[in-house]
Amino acid sequence: MPIIISDSQVVRDFVQKVEEISGEKFSKCMQCGTCSGICPMGAEMQLSPRHTVLMTKFGQKDRLLDSNTVWLCASCHSCLVRCPRGLDLPKVMEAIRQITLRTNENYLEPFEIPDELLEDLPPIAMVSCFRKHTA
Amino acid sequence: MTLGYYPGCTLKSHARNLEDSAIEALKVLGVETVELERWNCCGAVYSLADDDLIHQLAPVRDLIRAKDMGLDKVMTLCSMCYNTLARANLLMRNDEAKRKTLNDFMEEESDYAGEVEVIHLLQFLKNDIGWDKLKAAVKVPLKDLNLSPYYGCTLTRPLEVSIDEAVSPTIFKEFIEALGGTYIHSDHSAECCSSYQMISNPEAAIEAASKVVRSAEDQGADALALSCPLCEYNLGKRQVDILKKHDDLKPLPTFYFSQLLAVALGVDPLICRFELNPTASLELLEEKGVVEKVSA
Ligand code: SF4
Ligand code: SF4
Repeated sequence: MPIIISDSQVVRDFVQKVEEISGEKFSKCMQCGTCSGICPMGAEMQLSPRHTVLMTKFGQKDRLLDSNTVWLCASCHSCLVRCPRGLDLPKVMEAIRQITLRTNENYLEPFEIPDELLEDLPPIAMVSCFRKHTA
Repeated sequence: MTLGYYPGCTLKSHARNLEDSAIEALKVLGVETVELERWNCCGAVYSLADDDLIHQLAPVRDLIRAKDMGLDKVMTLCSMCYNTLARANLLMRNDEAKRKTLNDFMEEESDYAGEVEVIHLLQFLKNDIGWDKLKAAVKVPLKDLNLSPYYGCTLTRPLEVSIDEAVSPTIFKEFIEALGGTYIHSDHSAECCSSYQMISNPEAAIEAASKVVRSAEDQGADALALSCPLCEYNLGKRQVDILKKHDDLKPLPTFYFSQLLAVALGVDPLICRFELNPTASLELLEEKGVVEKVSA
Protein backbone atom coordinates (compact mmCIF):
# COMPACT_ATOMS: atom_id res chain seq x y z
CA MET A 1 0.00 0.00 0.00
CA PRO A 2 1.52 3.35 -0.94
CA ILE A 3 2.06 5.79 1.90
CA ILE A 4 0.98 9.27 0.96
CA ILE A 5 2.70 12.03 2.85
CA SER A 6 1.32 15.53 2.53
CA ASP A 7 3.11 18.62 3.73
CA SER A 8 0.44 19.18 6.39
CA GLN A 9 1.42 15.92 8.12
CA VAL A 10 5.08 16.71 8.34
CA VAL A 11 6.02 17.87 11.83
CA ARG A 12 9.42 19.47 11.41
CA ASP A 13 9.85 20.16 15.11
CA PHE A 14 9.47 16.45 15.68
CA VAL A 15 12.41 15.61 13.44
CA GLN A 16 14.48 18.15 15.26
CA LYS A 17 13.36 16.91 18.67
CA VAL A 18 14.19 13.27 17.85
CA GLU A 19 17.59 14.34 16.56
CA GLU A 20 18.21 16.37 19.66
CA ILE A 21 17.23 13.64 22.15
CA SER A 22 18.89 10.81 20.26
CA GLY A 23 21.95 12.71 19.08
CA GLU A 24 21.59 10.82 15.77
CA LYS A 25 21.32 12.05 12.16
CA PHE A 26 18.79 10.11 10.08
CA SER A 27 20.52 11.05 6.85
CA LYS A 28 22.96 8.23 7.71
CA CYS A 29 20.26 5.62 6.99
CA MET A 30 20.31 4.07 3.51
CA GLN A 31 17.09 2.06 4.05
CA CYS A 32 18.79 -1.33 3.61
CA GLY A 33 16.47 -3.04 6.12
CA THR A 34 19.19 -4.93 8.00
CA CYS A 35 17.74 -3.62 11.26
CA SER A 36 14.26 -4.94 10.43
CA GLY A 37 15.69 -8.32 9.52
CA ILE A 38 17.52 -8.76 12.81
CA CYS A 39 14.96 -7.22 15.19
CA PRO A 40 13.65 -9.87 17.62
CA MET A 41 10.40 -7.95 18.10
CA GLY A 42 10.03 -6.95 14.44
CA ALA A 43 7.24 -9.45 13.64
CA GLU A 44 4.89 -7.77 16.10
CA MET A 45 5.78 -4.17 15.22
CA GLN A 46 3.28 -2.09 13.24
CA LEU A 47 6.14 -0.12 11.66
CA SER A 48 9.40 -1.98 11.11
CA PRO A 49 12.63 -0.48 12.46
CA ARG A 50 13.62 0.58 8.91
CA HIS A 51 10.22 2.21 8.43
CA THR A 52 10.56 3.95 11.75
CA VAL A 53 13.71 5.70 10.59
CA LEU A 54 12.06 6.68 7.31
CA MET A 55 8.91 7.99 8.96
CA THR A 56 10.98 9.93 11.48
CA LYS A 57 12.99 11.50 8.67
CA PHE A 58 9.70 12.61 7.09
CA GLY A 59 8.39 14.06 10.35
CA GLN A 60 5.49 11.60 10.59
CA LYS A 61 4.89 12.21 14.26
CA ASP A 62 1.31 10.91 14.43
CA ARG A 63 2.06 7.70 12.53
CA LEU A 64 4.96 7.03 14.84
CA LEU A 65 3.23 7.87 18.09
CA ASP A 66 0.19 5.79 17.08
CA SER A 67 2.32 2.75 16.28
CA ASN A 68 3.34 0.11 18.83
CA THR A 69 6.90 -0.02 17.48
CA VAL A 70 8.89 1.95 20.03
CA TRP A 71 7.00 0.23 22.87
CA LEU A 72 7.97 -3.19 21.57
CA CYS A 73 11.62 -2.31 21.07
CA ALA A 74 13.56 -4.13 23.80
CA SER A 75 16.69 -1.94 23.40
CA CYS A 76 18.58 -5.11 22.54
CA HIS A 77 21.06 -3.19 20.36
CA SER A 78 21.16 -5.94 17.70
CA CYS A 79 20.25 -3.39 15.02
CA LEU A 80 23.00 -1.03 16.13
CA VAL A 81 25.80 -3.58 15.89
CA ARG A 82 24.66 -4.67 12.44
CA CYS A 83 23.70 -1.37 10.82
CA PRO A 84 26.17 -0.81 7.97
CA ARG A 85 25.87 2.95 8.52
CA GLY A 86 26.31 2.82 12.28
CA LEU A 87 22.95 4.49 12.99
CA ASP A 88 22.10 4.17 16.67
CA LEU A 89 18.50 3.05 16.21
CA PRO A 90 18.03 2.13 19.90
CA LYS A 91 18.62 5.84 20.65
CA VAL A 92 16.06 6.86 18.03
CA MET A 93 13.53 4.47 19.59
CA GLU A 94 14.32 5.93 23.00
CA ALA A 95 13.87 9.49 21.75
CA ILE A 96 10.41 8.69 20.34
CA ARG A 97 9.43 6.95 23.59
CA GLN A 98 10.65 9.96 25.55
CA ILE A 99 8.51 12.33 23.47
CA THR A 100 5.41 10.50 24.73
CA LEU A 101 6.66 9.86 28.28
CA ARG A 102 7.62 13.51 28.74
CA THR A 103 3.94 14.45 28.28
CA ASN A 104 3.40 12.43 31.47
CA GLU A 105 1.72 9.60 29.64
CA ASN A 106 2.56 6.06 30.73
CA TYR A 107 2.71 3.14 28.33
CA LEU A 108 2.51 0.70 31.23
CA GLU A 109 0.45 1.40 34.34
CA PRO A 110 2.40 -0.18 37.22
CA PHE A 111 -0.73 -0.94 39.25
CA GLU A 112 -2.06 -3.03 36.36
CA ILE A 113 0.73 -5.61 36.75
CA PRO A 114 -1.08 -8.72 38.01
CA ASP A 115 -0.38 -9.55 41.67
CA GLU A 116 0.63 -13.10 40.87
CA LEU A 117 3.50 -11.77 38.72
CA LEU A 118 4.80 -9.30 41.27
CA GLU A 119 6.27 -11.76 43.74
CA ASP A 120 8.55 -13.44 41.23
CA LEU A 121 9.55 -10.36 39.25
CA PRO A 122 13.21 -9.53 39.86
CA PRO A 123 13.94 -5.87 40.68
CA ILE A 124 15.87 -5.38 37.41
CA ALA A 125 12.77 -6.41 35.45
CA MET A 126 10.69 -3.78 37.18
CA VAL A 127 13.29 -1.04 37.22
CA SER A 128 14.12 -1.48 33.53
CA CYS A 129 10.48 -1.71 32.50
CA PHE A 130 9.49 1.37 34.48
CA ARG A 131 12.46 3.27 33.09
CA LYS A 132 11.36 2.46 29.54
CA HIS A 133 7.59 2.50 29.83
CA THR A 134 6.56 4.98 32.51
CA ALA A 135 6.79 8.75 32.70
CA MET B 1 43.94 -11.33 46.06
CA THR B 2 40.99 -9.00 46.68
CA LEU B 3 38.48 -7.87 44.11
CA GLY B 4 36.03 -4.94 44.32
CA TYR B 5 32.51 -6.11 43.73
CA TYR B 6 29.21 -4.42 42.83
CA PRO B 7 26.24 -6.76 43.48
CA GLY B 8 23.16 -4.80 42.37
CA CYS B 9 19.62 -5.13 43.73
CA THR B 10 18.51 -8.41 42.22
CA LEU B 11 21.48 -10.34 43.58
CA LYS B 12 20.40 -9.46 47.10
CA SER B 13 16.87 -10.76 46.54
CA HIS B 14 15.82 -13.03 43.67
CA ALA B 15 19.26 -14.04 42.45
CA ARG B 16 21.08 -15.13 45.62
CA ASN B 17 22.01 -18.22 43.63
CA LEU B 18 24.03 -16.03 41.25
CA GLU B 19 25.80 -14.15 44.04
CA ASP B 20 26.46 -16.79 46.71
CA SER B 21 27.87 -19.30 44.25
CA ALA B 22 30.18 -16.71 42.68
CA ILE B 23 31.58 -15.50 46.00
CA GLU B 24 32.27 -19.04 47.23
CA ALA B 25 33.81 -20.06 43.92
CA LEU B 26 36.12 -17.05 44.00
CA LYS B 27 37.22 -18.01 47.53
CA VAL B 28 38.28 -21.41 46.20
CA LEU B 29 40.33 -19.56 43.58
CA GLY B 30 41.99 -17.50 46.34
CA VAL B 31 40.02 -14.31 45.65
CA GLU B 32 38.21 -12.36 48.39
CA THR B 33 35.46 -10.09 47.10
CA VAL B 34 35.11 -6.66 48.67
CA GLU B 35 31.61 -5.31 48.28
CA LEU B 36 31.29 -1.60 47.46
CA GLU B 37 30.26 0.50 50.43
CA ARG B 38 26.90 2.29 50.21
CA TRP B 39 26.23 1.06 46.68
CA ASN B 40 22.91 1.96 45.07
CA CYS B 41 20.80 0.59 42.22
CA CYS B 42 22.57 1.26 38.91
CA GLY B 43 19.28 1.99 37.17
CA ALA B 44 19.27 -1.38 35.33
CA VAL B 45 19.34 0.22 31.88
CA TYR B 46 21.74 2.82 30.52
CA SER B 47 20.00 6.04 29.60
CA LEU B 48 19.87 6.32 25.81
CA ALA B 49 18.58 9.90 25.72
CA ASP B 50 21.38 12.39 25.13
CA ASP B 51 19.71 15.11 27.16
CA ASP B 52 18.97 12.88 30.17
CA LEU B 53 21.82 13.19 32.62
CA ILE B 54 19.83 12.62 35.78
CA HIS B 55 19.76 8.86 35.18
CA GLN B 56 23.54 8.78 34.88
CA LEU B 57 23.89 9.82 38.51
CA ALA B 58 23.07 6.40 39.96
CA PRO B 59 25.71 4.38 38.09
CA VAL B 60 28.30 7.15 38.40
CA ARG B 61 27.79 7.32 42.18
CA ASP B 62 28.59 3.60 42.36
CA LEU B 63 31.77 4.17 40.40
CA ILE B 64 32.72 7.01 42.75
CA ARG B 65 32.28 4.61 45.70
CA ALA B 66 34.74 2.25 44.03
CA LYS B 67 37.25 5.04 43.42
CA ASP B 68 36.91 6.28 47.01
CA MET B 69 37.71 2.79 48.27
CA GLY B 70 40.93 2.89 46.28
CA LEU B 71 39.80 0.20 43.84
CA ASP B 72 41.09 0.20 40.30
CA LYS B 73 38.54 -2.39 39.17
CA VAL B 74 34.98 -3.26 40.03
CA MET B 75 33.56 -6.68 39.17
CA THR B 76 29.91 -7.34 38.39
CA LEU B 77 27.95 -10.56 38.05
CA CYS B 78 24.64 -9.32 36.66
CA SER B 79 24.91 -8.60 32.94
CA MET B 80 22.59 -5.60 33.12
CA CYS B 81 24.52 -3.97 35.95
CA TYR B 82 27.72 -4.65 34.02
CA ASN B 83 26.37 -2.91 30.93
CA THR B 84 24.93 0.10 32.76
CA LEU B 85 28.05 0.70 34.85
CA ALA B 86 30.44 0.13 31.95
CA ARG B 87 28.58 2.54 29.69
CA ALA B 88 28.30 5.21 32.37
CA ASN B 89 32.01 4.78 32.97
CA LEU B 90 32.81 5.40 29.30
CA LEU B 91 30.60 8.49 29.34
CA MET B 92 32.62 9.88 32.26
CA ARG B 93 35.87 9.01 30.53
CA ASN B 94 35.05 10.37 27.09
CA ASP B 95 32.53 13.21 27.34
CA GLU B 96 34.16 16.21 28.91
CA ALA B 97 31.09 18.45 28.98
CA LYS B 98 28.81 15.85 30.55
CA ARG B 99 31.51 14.79 32.99
CA LYS B 100 31.76 18.38 34.22
CA THR B 101 27.98 18.78 34.56
CA LEU B 102 27.68 15.53 36.51
CA ASN B 103 30.66 16.23 38.76
CA ASP B 104 29.42 19.76 39.46
CA PHE B 105 25.95 18.47 40.28
CA MET B 106 27.35 15.95 42.78
CA GLU B 107 29.46 18.52 44.60
CA GLU B 108 29.42 16.42 47.79
CA GLU B 109 31.19 13.56 45.96
CA SER B 110 34.76 13.14 44.74
CA ASP B 111 35.26 14.14 41.12
CA TYR B 112 35.19 11.19 38.77
CA ALA B 113 36.64 10.77 35.29
CA GLY B 114 36.30 7.05 34.60
CA GLU B 115 39.38 5.97 36.59
CA VAL B 116 37.89 2.65 37.70
CA GLU B 117 37.59 -0.27 35.27
CA VAL B 118 34.25 -2.11 35.15
CA ILE B 119 34.55 -5.82 34.45
CA HIS B 120 32.33 -8.87 34.41
CA LEU B 121 33.35 -12.00 36.31
CA LEU B 122 33.82 -13.95 33.06
CA GLN B 123 36.47 -11.40 32.04
CA PHE B 124 38.16 -11.70 35.40
CA LEU B 125 38.29 -15.49 35.06
CA LYS B 126 39.75 -15.26 31.59
CA ASN B 127 42.22 -12.42 32.08
CA ASP B 128 43.18 -12.50 35.75
CA ILE B 129 42.82 -16.17 36.69
CA GLY B 130 43.34 -17.71 33.26
CA TRP B 131 41.62 -20.73 31.77
CA ASP B 132 44.55 -23.06 32.50
CA LYS B 133 44.57 -22.21 36.18
CA LEU B 134 40.80 -22.55 36.32
CA LYS B 135 41.01 -25.93 34.59
CA ALA B 136 43.58 -27.09 37.11
CA ALA B 137 41.32 -26.04 40.02
CA VAL B 138 38.31 -28.03 38.80
CA LYS B 139 37.45 -30.87 41.21
CA VAL B 140 34.18 -32.04 39.66
CA PRO B 141 34.42 -31.72 35.87
CA LEU B 142 31.04 -31.06 34.27
CA LYS B 143 31.50 -34.02 31.99
CA ASP B 144 28.48 -35.27 30.07
CA LEU B 145 26.80 -31.88 30.50
CA ASN B 146 25.87 -30.27 27.18
CA LEU B 147 25.76 -26.59 27.96
CA SER B 148 24.65 -23.81 25.68
CA PRO B 149 25.79 -20.38 26.81
CA TYR B 150 23.36 -17.51 26.63
CA TYR B 151 25.02 -14.10 26.35
CA GLY B 152 21.80 -12.19 25.83
CA CYS B 153 22.21 -8.55 24.84
CA THR B 154 24.08 -6.74 27.54
CA LEU B 155 27.35 -8.70 27.74
CA THR B 156 28.25 -8.01 24.14
CA ARG B 157 26.38 -4.93 22.97
CA PRO B 158 27.13 -2.17 22.18
CA LEU B 159 30.62 -2.96 20.89
CA GLU B 160 32.43 -0.56 23.17
CA VAL B 161 31.42 -2.52 26.27
CA SER B 162 31.45 -6.03 24.83
CA ILE B 163 33.21 -8.46 27.18
CA ASP B 164 34.55 -10.30 24.14
CA GLU B 165 34.54 -10.14 20.36
CA ALA B 166 30.98 -8.80 19.88
CA VAL B 167 29.59 -10.66 16.88
CA SER B 168 31.04 -14.11 17.56
CA PRO B 169 32.04 -14.15 21.23
CA THR B 170 33.83 -17.24 22.57
CA ILE B 171 34.47 -16.35 26.22
CA PHE B 172 31.49 -18.37 27.49
CA LYS B 173 32.53 -21.36 25.37
CA GLU B 174 36.04 -21.20 26.83
CA PHE B 175 34.53 -21.00 30.31
CA ILE B 176 32.32 -24.07 29.81
CA GLU B 177 35.21 -26.05 28.37
CA ALA B 178 37.51 -25.05 31.22
CA LEU B 179 34.96 -26.58 33.60
CA GLY B 180 34.99 -29.82 31.61
CA GLY B 181 31.52 -29.31 30.13
CA THR B 182 30.56 -29.74 26.50
CA TYR B 183 29.89 -26.50 24.68
CA ILE B 184 26.78 -26.44 22.53
CA HIS B 185 26.54 -23.72 19.92
CA SER B 186 23.21 -21.96 19.49
CA ASP B 187 22.38 -19.42 16.81
CA HIS B 188 20.35 -17.53 19.38
CA SER B 189 22.98 -17.26 22.10
CA ALA B 190 23.13 -13.48 21.73
CA GLU B 191 19.60 -12.82 20.48
CA CYS B 192 17.31 -10.95 22.83
CA CYS B 193 15.07 -12.96 25.19
CA SER B 194 12.70 -9.91 25.20
CA SER B 195 14.09 -8.30 28.35
CA TYR B 196 11.57 -6.10 30.24
CA GLN B 197 8.97 -6.71 27.51
CA MET B 198 7.94 -9.81 29.47
CA ILE B 199 6.02 -7.39 31.71
CA SER B 200 4.58 -5.01 29.13
CA ASN B 201 4.14 -7.18 26.06
CA PRO B 202 4.15 -10.79 27.30
CA GLU B 203 2.88 -12.39 24.08
CA ALA B 204 5.61 -10.93 21.86
CA ALA B 205 8.09 -11.59 24.66
CA ILE B 206 7.21 -15.27 24.92
CA GLU B 207 7.74 -15.64 21.18
CA ALA B 208 11.21 -14.08 21.36
CA ALA B 209 12.14 -16.16 24.41
CA SER B 210 10.85 -19.37 22.83
CA LYS B 211 13.32 -18.94 19.95
CA VAL B 212 16.20 -18.93 22.41
CA VAL B 213 14.98 -22.14 24.05
CA ARG B 214 14.25 -23.80 20.70
CA SER B 215 17.62 -22.99 19.21
CA ALA B 216 19.53 -24.42 22.19
CA GLU B 217 17.33 -27.50 22.33
CA ASP B 218 17.63 -28.16 18.58
CA GLN B 219 21.41 -28.20 18.96
CA GLY B 220 21.20 -30.80 21.73
CA ALA B 221 21.73 -28.65 24.82
CA ASP B 222 20.90 -30.17 28.22
CA ALA B 223 20.77 -26.70 29.76
CA LEU B 224 21.36 -23.00 29.27
CA ALA B 225 24.13 -21.18 31.14
CA LEU B 226 23.45 -17.50 31.72
CA SER B 227 24.52 -14.46 33.67
CA CYS B 228 21.50 -12.15 33.82
CA PRO B 229 18.64 -12.40 36.32
CA LEU B 230 16.23 -10.92 33.79
CA CYS B 231 17.21 -13.53 31.19
CA GLU B 232 16.82 -16.14 33.93
CA TYR B 233 13.35 -14.82 34.71
CA ASN B 234 12.28 -14.90 31.05
CA LEU B 235 13.91 -18.19 30.07
CA GLY B 236 13.80 -19.99 33.41
CA LYS B 237 10.94 -18.89 35.61
CA ARG B 238 8.63 -18.04 32.71
CA GLN B 239 9.55 -21.16 30.76
CA VAL B 240 6.22 -22.65 31.83
CA ASP B 241 4.50 -20.01 29.71
CA ILE B 242 6.85 -20.66 26.79
CA LEU B 243 6.10 -24.40 26.97
CA LYS B 244 2.36 -23.76 27.16
CA LYS B 245 2.51 -21.87 23.86
CA HIS B 246 5.02 -24.23 22.24
CA ASP B 247 4.13 -27.73 23.32
CA ASP B 248 6.76 -29.31 21.07
CA LEU B 249 9.51 -27.86 23.29
CA LYS B 250 10.84 -29.81 26.26
CA PRO B 251 11.71 -28.27 29.63
CA LEU B 252 15.24 -26.86 29.41
CA PRO B 253 17.07 -26.35 32.73
CA THR B 254 18.83 -23.02 33.30
CA PHE B 255 21.87 -22.24 35.46
CA TYR B 256 23.75 -19.15 36.38
CA PHE B 257 27.30 -19.52 35.10
CA SER B 258 28.53 -18.96 38.66
CA GLN B 259 26.62 -22.01 39.91
CA LEU B 260 28.35 -24.17 37.32
CA LEU B 261 31.68 -22.64 38.31
CA ALA B 262 31.03 -23.32 41.99
CA VAL B 263 29.97 -26.96 41.66
CA ALA B 264 32.89 -27.65 39.35
CA LEU B 265 35.24 -26.18 41.97
CA GLY B 266 33.73 -28.46 44.61
CA VAL B 267 31.66 -25.86 46.49
CA ASP B 268 28.84 -27.35 48.56
CA PRO B 269 25.74 -27.40 46.30
CA LEU B 270 23.68 -26.06 49.22
CA ILE B 271 25.61 -22.78 48.90
CA CYS B 272 24.69 -22.60 45.23
CA ARG B 273 21.02 -22.25 46.19
CA PHE B 274 19.65 -24.53 43.49
CA GLU B 275 16.26 -24.27 45.18
CA LEU B 276 15.97 -20.88 43.45
CA ASN B 277 16.38 -22.46 40.00
CA PRO B 278 13.57 -24.29 38.25
CA THR B 279 13.63 -27.81 39.76
CA ALA B 280 14.81 -29.58 36.62
CA SER B 281 18.16 -27.81 36.97
CA LEU B 282 19.22 -29.61 40.16
CA GLU B 283 17.82 -32.90 38.89
CA LEU B 284 19.96 -32.60 35.79
CA LEU B 285 23.13 -32.15 37.87
CA GLU B 286 22.17 -35.15 40.01
CA GLU B 287 21.44 -37.26 36.99
CA LYS B 288 24.85 -36.39 35.49
CA GLY B 289 26.57 -37.15 38.78
CA VAL B 290 27.83 -33.59 39.26
CA VAL B 291 26.13 -33.26 42.63
CA GLU B 292 24.99 -35.99 44.97
CA LYS B 293 21.30 -36.69 44.98
CA VAL B 294 19.64 -34.54 47.61
CA SER B 295 16.15 -34.17 46.12
CA ALA B 296 13.64 -36.89 46.98
S1 SF4 C 1 20.31 -1.09 9.15
FE1 SF4 C 1 20.90 1.09 9.38
S2 SF4 C 1 21.05 1.87 7.27
FE2 SF4 C 1 19.93 -0.07 7.15
S3 SF4 C 1 17.77 0.55 7.27
FE3 SF4 C 1 18.40 0.10 9.35
S4 SF4 C 1 19.05 2.06 10.21
FE4 SF4 C 1 18.96 2.30 7.98
S1 SF4 D 1 17.11 -2.37 19.71
FE1 SF4 D 1 14.89 -2.35 19.37
S2 SF4 D 1 14.66 -1.96 17.17
FE2 SF4 D 1 16.79 -2.58 17.49
S3 SF4 D 1 16.77 -4.79 17.09
FE3 SF4 D 1 16.50 -4.51 19.30
S4 SF4 D 1 14.28 -4.51 19.63
FE4 SF4 D 1 14.63 -4.16 17.42
